[in-house]
Amino acid sequence: MALLKVENLSKSFSGLKAVSNVDLEIKEGELVGLIGPNGAGKTTVFNLLTGVYEPTEGTIIFKGQKINGLAPYKISHRGIARTFQNIRLFGDLSVIDNVKIAYHQHVSYNILSGILRLPKFFRGEEEIYQKAYNLLKIFDLHEKKDELAKNLPYGQQRRLEIARALATKPSLLLLDEPAAGMNPQETQNLMDLIRWIRKEFDLTILLIEHDMSLVMGICERIYVLDYGMIIAHGTPDEIKSNPRVIEAYLGEEAG
Amino acid sequence: MSNMEKNKFPLINRKNVIMLFLLVAVYGIVQFLQANGTLSRFYLLTLILACIYIILAVSQNLITGFTGQLAIGHAGFMAIGAYMSAMVVVKMNGHVVAGLIFGALMAALAGILIGIPTLRLRGDYLAIATLGLGEIVRIFFLNWDYLGGATGFQVPKSMNWTWAFWLMVLSVVVIKNFINSSHGRACISIRENEIAAEAMGINTTKYKVIAFALGAMFAGLAGGIYANFMFFIQPGTFSFLKSFEILVMVVLGGLGSITGSIIGAVIMTVVSAVLADVPELRMVIIAVLLIIIMIFRPNGILGTKEFNLNFLNPQKKGEENGTT
Repeated sequence: MALLKVENLSKSFSGLKAVSNVDLEIKEGELVGLIGPNGAGKTTVFNLLTGVYEPTEGTIIFKGQKINGLAPYKISHRGIARTFQNIRLFGDLSVIDNVKIAYHQHVSYNILSGILRLPKFFRGEEEIYQKAYNLLKIFDLHEKKDELAKNLPYGQQRRLEIARALATKPSLLLLDEPAAGMNPQETQNLMDLIRWIRKEFDLTILLIEHDMSLVMGICERIYVLDYGMIIAHGTPDEIKSNPRVIEAYLGEEAG
Repeated sequence: MSNMEKNKFPLINRKNVIMLFLLVAVYGIVQFLQANGTLSRFYLLTLILACIYIILAVSQNLITGFTGQLAIGHAGFMAIGAYMSAMVVVKMNGHVVAGLIFGALMAALAGILIGIPTLRLRGDYLAIATLGLGEIVRIFFLNWDYLGGATGFQVPKSMNWTWAFWLMVLSVVVIKNFINSSHGRACISIRENEIAAEAMGINTTKYKVIAFALGAMFAGLAGGIYANFMFFIQPGTFSFLKSFEILVMVVLGGLGSITGSIIGAVIMTVVSAVLADVPELRMVIIAVLLIIIMIFRPNGILGTKEFNLNFLNPQKKGEENGTT
């Protein structure tokens, strides 16, 4: 069964159609890429999937239920987590607090036991701390847990964003250009990491990426978006040789 | 991390015990000086006002410094607490404690009712909307003759140093505990990045309203203490200038720092008291003081840092779990 099924999705910004008639289908456990030239509407698709924008038309079905029109936090509760193209960490908070906040929806005590410092509070906090610490350890950030997120080097900020997204316990993870600004070595490490977390956390992943070596290297299927429309989809090899894709990326053949 | 599991009574540690000891010492010294007559009325008034302003500043900080919502209507909630508690005490012959609770709850209710529509606004728009609503509250009481209207309202004096001090401690502890819990972190994440907070599953509207209601509740409590201490309240006391005064204390101490708000409130109260004899210079000197602070410490005296006694619990380094 498809975990995510998007049908006829469109989004217009006062007349400008940013995304039109997009169909996507992602099965459980897949690792799918979404590529396309700059301004093709990839991030808009992510924003539609996560509820930041409401679709003008179309339906988004996740785990068999329609989720379009839901508030972003509700979509997060249903099990979709994301990272952002332009990193959006909680910069003035410590690294571990960033992860703890994402655990909030699974917190086991209520406001009153927090204020009254009941035993429940201490148990809950201890649990959150352990979970957040273990997650940071996976991403090799545990030694920096008390540093402010904004003081981390760029590559570690990207990793922290992924760690934070995983803390919400998603079944579908959306990665928006996770390798942006990384050098080839860091990209290679990131690819290994994505493969590993997918197995470890039993995840389905949809990722936007500009770095072709990353997309071609790890995605099983690829959708290509241009001017808001899906112009091709298939395996990496099919995409590589698809004339429409080559045209979109390199321009029309001369002559 | 492992040492936390072994601590069966996490509230009983060196830091909390010393903090309690310090609080009792401050309370006791003032109480002693007051009893043997050394402390003049004027000093006592200043100390009690400082307690009231600490509650106001810390609760404003919860809304503005921690949740990041620039709301400037705190005097309005203070007025609701003051008038509602006075109504219970004077018109219904209720006990002062019932009055304080009723006043605080009515202020919290007003906070929820005002918060749900206005917290959709951002930045300056929220500031303008809350400023206006604070004034509406004042004008409402100005025209409500049942509670004295423009001529003011007399309330028997039942608050004293003991009440003011311990209610201040209670307010600060509650707000501090709230902030240092998962729900408080949810509020702080809104300040840090609202879009990311939503994407991480935080119901940002809910937590904004909770922070607003909690802040309003303590402003109402402060208003109740004020009304039952001052003999006399009038709507003019709760004008937007009062809201600004509270905001100035928070900015002076540092947005996002509870101890900063306490320091800011004490400094402003003391400066106001010292300059009571030269009212024409008061605002000038306060303005100059603010400008100096903003030049040398643009984030306030403490920034977002807290002054704390964590060094007394060295084994818990890096793990913030304490209460006052």
